[in-house]
Amino acid sequence: MTEAILKITDLQTHFFTDNGEIPAVDGVSITVNKGEVVGIVGESGCGKSVTSLSIMQLVPSPPGKIVGGAIQYKGEDLLTASKKRIKDIRGNEISMIFQEPMTSLDPLFTIGNQIREAIRIHQKISKKEASRKSIEMLKLVGIPRAEEVMNDYPHQLSGGMRQRVMIAIAMACEPEILIADEPTTALDVTIQAQILDLMKKLNKEKNTAILMITHDLGVVADICDRVIVMYAGQVVEEGTTREILKDPSHPYTKGLIRSIPKLHEKDQKLYSIPGTVPKPKLGVVGCRFKDRCEFAHDRCFSDSPELFSLGNSRHSRCFLIDDPERKVAQDAAANIGSQ
Amino acid sequence: MQQPILEVNNLKKYFDIRGGVFGKKVGEVKAVDDVSFSVNPGEILGIVGESGCGKSTTGKSILRLIEPSDGEVKFEGQDITKLNAESMRKLRRDMQIIFQDPYASLNPRHTVEKIISEPLLIHGMSKQERKSRVKELLEVVGLSSYHASRYPHQFSGGQRQRIGIARALANNPKLIICDEPVSALDVSVQSQILNLMEGLRDQFNLTYIFIAHDLSVVKHISDRVGVMYLGRLVELTDKDSLYDDPKHPYTKALLSAVPLPDPDIEKERIILEGDVPSPSNPPTGCAFHTRCPMAMEICKNIRPNFEQVEVNHFVACHLYNGAEQ
Ligand SMILES: Nc1ncnc2c1ncn2[C@@H]1O[C@H](COP(=O)(O)OP(=O)(O)OP(=O)(O)O)[C@@H](O)[C@H]1O
Ligand SMILES: Nc1ncnc2c1ncn2[C@@H]1O[C@H](COP(=O)(O)OP(=O)(O)O)[C@@H](O)[C@H]1O
Ligand code: SF4
Ligand code: SF4
Ligand SMILES: [Mg+2]
Ligand SMILES: [Mg+2]
Repeated sequence: MTEAILKITDLQTHFFTDNGEIPAVDGVSITVNKGEVVGIVGESGCGKSVTSLSIMQLVPSPPGKIVGGAIQYKGEDLLTASKKRIKDIRGNEISMIFQEPMTSLDPLFTIGNQIREAIRIHQKISKKEASRKSIEMLKLVGIPRAEEVMNDYPHQLSGGMRQRVMIAIAMACEPEILIADEPTTALDVTIQAQILDLMKKLNKEKNTAILMITHDLGVVADICDRVIVMYAGQVVEEGTTREILKDPSHPYTKGLIRSIPKLHEKDQKLYSIPGTVPKPKLGVVGCRFKDRCEFAHDRCFSDSPELFSLGNSRHSRCFLIDDPERKVAQDAAANIGSQ
Repeated sequence: MQQPILEVNNLKKYFDIRGGVFGKKVGEVKAVDDVSFSVNPGEILGIVGESGCGKSTTGKSILRLIEPSDGEVKFEGQDITKLNAESMRKLRRDMQIIFQDPYASLNPRHTVEKIISEPLLIHGMSKQERKSRVKELLEVVGLSSYHASRYPHQFSGGQRQRIGIARALANNPKLIICDEPVSALDVSVQSQILNLMEGLRDQFNLTYIFIAHDLSVVKHISDRVGVMYLGRLVELTDKDSLYDDPKHPYTKALLSAVPLPDPDIEKERIILEGDVPSPSNPPTGCAFHTRCPMAMEICKNIRPNFEQVEVNHFVACHLYNGAEQ
């Protein structure tokens, strides 16, 4: 039996700005099971970060506000939990790492100080014991000269080392779930490979669930069991990594996969989705992808597609699912296009 | 044999590191350290490497946007490193650059019209001629003439990159150095710009030096690819040889590190230890020896030469050097 650790249901996180209300996250539901690695992919501005920040109520407020939905951690409602309870969970049971590790480390304190404190907030152990554990964690994430690095300040480390320190801090308390928002986007590929390896190891050895936010489908293939594809504040497709990458259903997912140059394939003409990612706004009528979709038809302009089920945990927010005849035409067109 | 449009010989750029109250020179960063390559007309030469390895400095030194410390840059047979400012300005019509962040390189207070027509001023074109040229250029890059009166902030990242490209094209250049032109763009927009750039190359018979850190993008667009590490070229060959038969241990590690968007491909990943060393204090011998899984005793002391080990396949590594003799 799979056990849901994190269950986000119909999340609505909006920003109230001078230019009006922005529904950055508009009805997102995501479940992460114990020990599972779930990816959220999508292009910039589609709401990945706001979704992840909402979980721990870290959305800057104002202008941001969670205006609807529920977030449950092991059955406990986080949106109604006390501040103290959230603080307790944060870092202890749910850890987060962000894209730019410099902004999440305090420049005024040594690395040792910061890891030690992170451990001691959640575990009642002596300073000495915490130091020992800190060094152990730094070694585990592959920091050379761990004892010396304990006395270094963040600016003395490279970007890759800082990110490894962040992971060490995030992992120090052996959380149930690690939320990683583009943890390798700012890093070089050889360093990214180190970090991804490390995260896979932690997932295997400690059974830590991971919610991996990325725009890189390569990273998804490398580490994720299941994938959520977001577009304009909504989930548009969901399935196992294999289903999404090998047999995508939604026209946006299909287009995205065909748009990336592939290292392992011989020269191909790149497909490109026309137009650009729309800014989220209230009161959109019809499918949010309609202006860029080559299969858009009447219904796409008048109604908003729901997340149709394709069996098991597969979903796709597209009317074609509901309309077998058109679906056949779409598949045929896609085949011609990819030849 | 075809005469290369650009020939770079032993290019070096060292930046001084200054410190102390009097700003005395306390060291130097060897950002580009003895780089040589040539580019044929109509070719796209890709340059890849990790952050800080000297890609942008190479590109800027070629155009003399920063002055090279040493070496030769021959454009159509002429060494341009010695040209005076006036001759250089004339030559810049033929050699253009496009940057990663189109926003930073477009004046926010100027209209698109003004931005694109600025390079045309040296021609003594009439206002009307310039206007129609701007309109033509906007259409070439997939924008519309009504965009001419707008300001950069009114465009998306991809559109701004199109404006940067239109400006670079204004004087019908022969060579364009593209420094990470799609790195800041979303995947769906990136493919639009890549396709546009490929089309323009064919349409106007352009030559590109295409700098990027994304190996898949570079492979897609380039004819030949050079790999840089710590200010030096370590491997240079045509793209299929590079991706099918990489020789330098760094190239192998770099290629193996790229995660592929295909769950069926299980690849052996070479995980490199540690980080790229600082270019202000590069390792002795082969600069890669501190991270190289194949390092030998000789690598610590003697720098391998950049040599041709197969037809059109250049490598700087003791595993291959001397193999031909
Ligand atoms: N004006 C400068 N003064 C001093 N050092 C510099 C200067 N410009 C670049 N450098 C240094 O030269 C080296 C090469 O820099 P360069 O910008 O060429 O790298 P790059 O390969 O383009 O990296 P990236 O992928 O991050 O753009 C780096 O160590 C950099 O810090
Ligand atoms: N502090 C903020 N104020 C106003 N709008 C915001 C704020 N943060 C994010 N947004 C908007 O919310 C949307 C989703 O953003 P985000 O979750 O950061 O996207 P991404 O998927 O790239 O992580 C974007 O349109 C963004 O402009
Ligand atoms: S619902 Fe219509 S517009 Fe939206 S993705 Fe499906 S076919 Fe395209
Ligand atoms: S010269 Fe030596 S250290 Fe350098 S890449 Fe070759 S084997 Fe590795
Ligand atoms: Mg984000
Ligand atoms: Mg650069």
